[in-house]
This record gives sequence, structure tokens and C-alpha cells, in this order.
Amino acid sequence: MSVATGLYGISFGALSVAAGLSVLQTVVLSLIMFSGGSQFAYVGVIAAGGGGPAAVATGALVGVRNALYGARMAPLLGVRGWRRLLAAQVTIDESTAVATAQEEPRAVREGFWWTGVGIYVLWNSFVTLGALAGNALGDPRAWGLDAAAAAAFLGLVWARLADPVARAVGVGSAVVALALTPVLPAGLPVLAAAAIAVVVGWWRPGSTVPDDEEVGA
Amino acid sequence: MSPDALMWLAIVAGGLAVYAIKLVGHLLPEHWLAEPRVARTAALVTVALLAALVAIQTFASGQGLTVDARLPALVVAAIALALRAPFLVVVVLGAAVAAGVRALGWMA
Repeated sequence: MSVATGLYGISFGALSVAAGLSVLQTVVLSLIMFSGGSQFAYVGVIAAGGGGPAAVATGALVGVRNALYGARMAPLLGVRGWRRLLAAQVTIDESTAVATAQEEPRAVREGFWWTGVGIYVLWNSFVTLGALAGNALGDPRAWGLDAAAAAAFLGLVWARLADPVARAVGVGSAVVALALTPVLPAGLPVLAAAAIAVVVGWWRPGSTVPDDEEVGA
Repeated sequence: MSPDALMWLAIVAGGLAVYAIKLVGHLLPEHWLAEPRVARTAALVTVALLAALVAIQTFASGQGLTVDARLPALVVAAIALALRAPFLVVVVLGAAVAAGVRALGWMA
């Protein structure tokens, strides 16, 4: 898991700099936001020419699943006060997956904290390395980094497409986002695509839930 | 405000928004978020946003749509994912295909 996290962090750092953030901005974003999918989505919107508000909204929406993890973890961790603030920050796909795979209450807590804090340190270190490397590369297009961003998003969504409903929503969202690109300001077509997911998720009972936990940050 | 100050503002706001969502999960009563409909919608929203970003990152060029070296890169990335290649291999292959196609002058 740690090797995967490191390599994934390097890609984020390099793509973030290619999107136009400085090295320092990339690192600060990563330290505060600390959720891989949200970070990729945030810089993706910036790279597409979207403004700050659209990037914030997209990153936040991709991070909504973390609230569900938090609700599952809170009773298992039983922490109060400032520890709860720390626990919230390291509540991500991996820490929740490792913790909920344990049976003993103590193993649940240890699994959560070791995974969460370990990945926090590792992820942000490699994001910094990736940002420095991306900064040294120069023209992002000559290195194909714009295409690397598309490949990265495909990699992030791939495992979530195993479910047929999720697949249909994914294809529908892609088509809607492209159709709206010429008519809406950059950043908004991606957000509009999320409306499809809300409609299908809320009003189509019986569809299965894609399992987020096997997917990675 | 200068563009740089606005960018910083958007970075801190984005980071805090994602953190606040994590914290809300820890603070709300568990049953509020335990409803299957909430979990299903949250999972599908993630899929929709990531899929839309794949499309935009591949075909959008400002306000226009275009086919360029990013498309063959995406096709190769999809093949690599179908063959269960690790994430970084997929990303590096995507970059290499686009850079190669451009260096050869086959596509923009």
C-alpha cells in the first residue's frame, strides 16, 4: 500500500504543477485537503481553466464519501476533543478500509491511526517530490502531462465502474460534461455532471453501491 | 485581489471544505448518514465527477472540443487498466504516448 501511495503522490504533485499551481501551493493544498480523489479533481478543474469556486465545489463533492467513513469510524474510535480533529483529517479510503477489516476493537483503532498517519506523511512527502519534479520538467504538453491527467482520472474511476449503474452514470456524466463545455464556463460542466449521480442515486432505489474501499484514496 | 492571492484563497478554502466534510462525518449521529440512499448517492457522485473529468481532460481545449494526442494516450491507459497495470504505470504510459505522438508530429 505504501509503494502505491508514494507513486500516486508523485503523479499528483507533477500534475498539480502542470495545472498551474506553484510547488508551495501544491504542498499546502495537499496538507490541508489530504484526500487523493479530491486533490486530483481540484487541480483538474484548474487545469481545464475553471475558477477557484468551481474547483472548491468539485473537490468537496468528490470528498463527500469521507463523511460516510467518518460516521462509520467515530463510534469505533471513541475519541474526543483535539484527537477527534486529528482523526477527521486522516479519515480516508485506506485508513477506513484497514480499520474496518480488523475484528478486535484495539486492532481497529491501531489500524486506523497507523494507516492514516503513515499515509499522511508518505503522501505529502511524495506530493512534494512530484511537484519539484514537475516544476523541473518545463512545458507540460511536451511531456504529455495533460494526457497523463486524463489517464489518472481514468485510473481513479476504473475500479468504481464494475457496477452497471455506476458505469451508466459515468458514461452519462462524460457525455453531459462534453455537451455543456461549449456553452458553460470552464469547471461548471463537470459539476453539472454530478447532478446525474444525485438523480440516479436518490430516486432509483435498488441499485447497488459501488465499493469505495477497494479503490484507494 | 491579485490572481495569486485569489489562488491561495481558493486553495485554503478547498482544503478546509474537504476537511470540514470529514469532520461532519465524525460529529453527526451515525444513523443520519447510514441510510443506503445517502451512501449510494455519494458513491455515484464520485463516479460522475471523475468520469466527467476524464472526458474534459481528454477532449476539452478551453471552451472548444478537440481530438488530439490525448485520445490515443487515453486508449492506451484504458488497455493498461484492463490488464491491471498499477496506477503510476497507467499515468506514465498516458504521458509517454501523448509525448511520443506529438514528437512524431502525428497529432497536436
